[in-house]
Amino acid sequence: MIRKLVLSAVSGIVLIGVVAADVTAPGDVKVENLGISVALTDQPGDPAEGRKVFANRKQGNCLACHANSDLKDQLFHGEVGPGLDGAGSRWSEAQLRTIVVNAKAVFSDATVMPGFYSLEVGENVRKDLVGKTILTAQQVEDIVAYLTTLK
Amino acid sequence: MNYSYKLAALLSGVLTTAVLVAAPVEETLTVDEVDMISRAASAEGHPLPEVISGWHYRTDSTRALQTDSFENGGMLGVELGEEIWNTVEGTEGKSCASCHDDAAVSMASVGALFPKWHEESGKPINVELQINDCRVNNMGAEAYKFDKGGQKPLTAFVKHQSHGQPVTVDLTEGDMQQWWEQGKELYYRRTGQLNLSCASCHEKNNGKYIRADHLSQGNVNGFPTYRLKQGNLISLHNRFRGCIRDTRAEYPAAFSDDLMALEVYTTWRSQGLSVETPAVRQ
Ligand code: HEC
Ligand code: HEC
Repeated sequence: MIRKLVLSAVSGIVLIGVVAADVTAPGDVKVENLGISVALTDQPGDPAEGRKVFANRKQGNCLACHANSDLKDQLFHGEVGPGLDGAGSRWSEAQLRTIVVNAKAVFSDATVMPGFYSLEVGENVRKDLVGKTILTAQQVEDIVAYLTTLK
Repeated sequence: MNYSYKLAALLSGVLTTAVLVAAPVEETLTVDEVDMISRAASAEGHPLPEVISGWHYRTDSTRALQTDSFENGGMLGVELGEEIWNTVEGTEGKSCASCHDDAAVSMASVGALFPKWHEESGKPINVELQINDCRVNNMGAEAYKFDKGGQKPLTAFVKHQSHGQPVTVDLTEGDMQQWWEQGKELYYRRTGQLNLSCASCHEKNNGKYIRADHLSQGNVNGFPTYRLKQGNLISLHNRFRGCIRDTRAEYPAAFSDDLMALEVYTTWRSQGLSVETPAVRQ
């Protein structure tokens, strides 16, 4: 009986952890001085996971436009955007978060870099993607954690 | 560090360098000893200083396939198109040749002068729609559905008759200027979740790599093109739809007013380049 109680208490905690994870909705993200200083989730970004999301063609697909020596085992790095070696030294964490969330807020409306956590998108969005962001808040945090390692 | 590891490191270094050499190649395109205009001064008001054929942006091996008609897989489509040209179909007992005879003469400039104004429909017409018009009104046959039946090979055969001639579009006829305006509007309109326009890739970033693809100016002088990826002829409106889909947007129907306007506008952007149909692309 005691054992059962303990178990359910533990599973209760896990459940709360999942349900209550605090996620900022795309429309509520606040940019100040080009930076987003508050993380989008209360779960710290995981750089190893971010590295995967960065390279994955169906997720960040960042290599489509950016070269990155840290991923030179992957073929074909694009050159539409600047190379990202040293990006973690050039930009603060808050700025990197803004660049990934909505690059237009840092560069200009003319930038071709998509907003990965923004609902300010183009016209005629594919029906199944309406109201959805390219990446989840956690994936953005993971990528930002990864970018800060690119010194 | 053993030798093979060093070699691998060296190779990956070389690879990175190779990827960064992105200028369109300086070469001339000669197909079966016919010199093609693959670089041309751009039309007045064109945003790019020079119009460059997509051929210049492809790899050595892809480019080589286009210089010799025996190597060009698209020529099989052109030959099939010639057969269709001579085949009787429909209730009137006619083939294209019944009315137009020798395509080398009657179709000599068609591929270089379309799309053009079509008085009856009050819209621009392209080669695909002209073929459908003839099938329905002159042959008593059914219109081809998009990319189906003989549409791609017959279009390729007709356009191939203008091989080498510079693309020209007459904007003074009918409302062509208005369609050009609408096409221009679409060319710069950002679409989809990725929020990109045609100009994002083909105007701002031509000459650069987007992942493994070397971005060209997106010129239309080679359509239908033979794409190695599909091993088949690919129509212009299929290419438009593919590029729009890649922005993660819904895409317009083939031959819709939107895509016809885009065809008028992009044909104007490609003016001066030789018709390359069927061009070879990756
Ligand atoms: C379609 C092209 C494209 C894609 C995809 C893209 N970017 Fe960018 N990115 C750009 C461009 C272009 C710039 C430069 C800003 C400008 O000129 O508008 C840029 C700038 C940046 C910068 C600042 C670079 C510096 O060193 O100053 C960072 C960091 C960055 N991008 C990260 C990313 C990450 C992470 C992803 C994927 C989640 C990504 N980008 C996907 C085009 C892209
Ligand atoms: C995300 C990038 C991107 C966007 C946006 C885009 N394209 Fe493309 N397009 C490509 C790539 C990559 C290719 C293949 C390589 C090349 O020829 O540039 C291509 C090829 C083409 C070609 C074939 C060129 C040839 O020589 O055979 C045409 C025509 C074209 N695009 C037109 C358009 C038009 C019109 C639009 C807008 C409706 C558009 N593209 C939007 C990436 C894009």
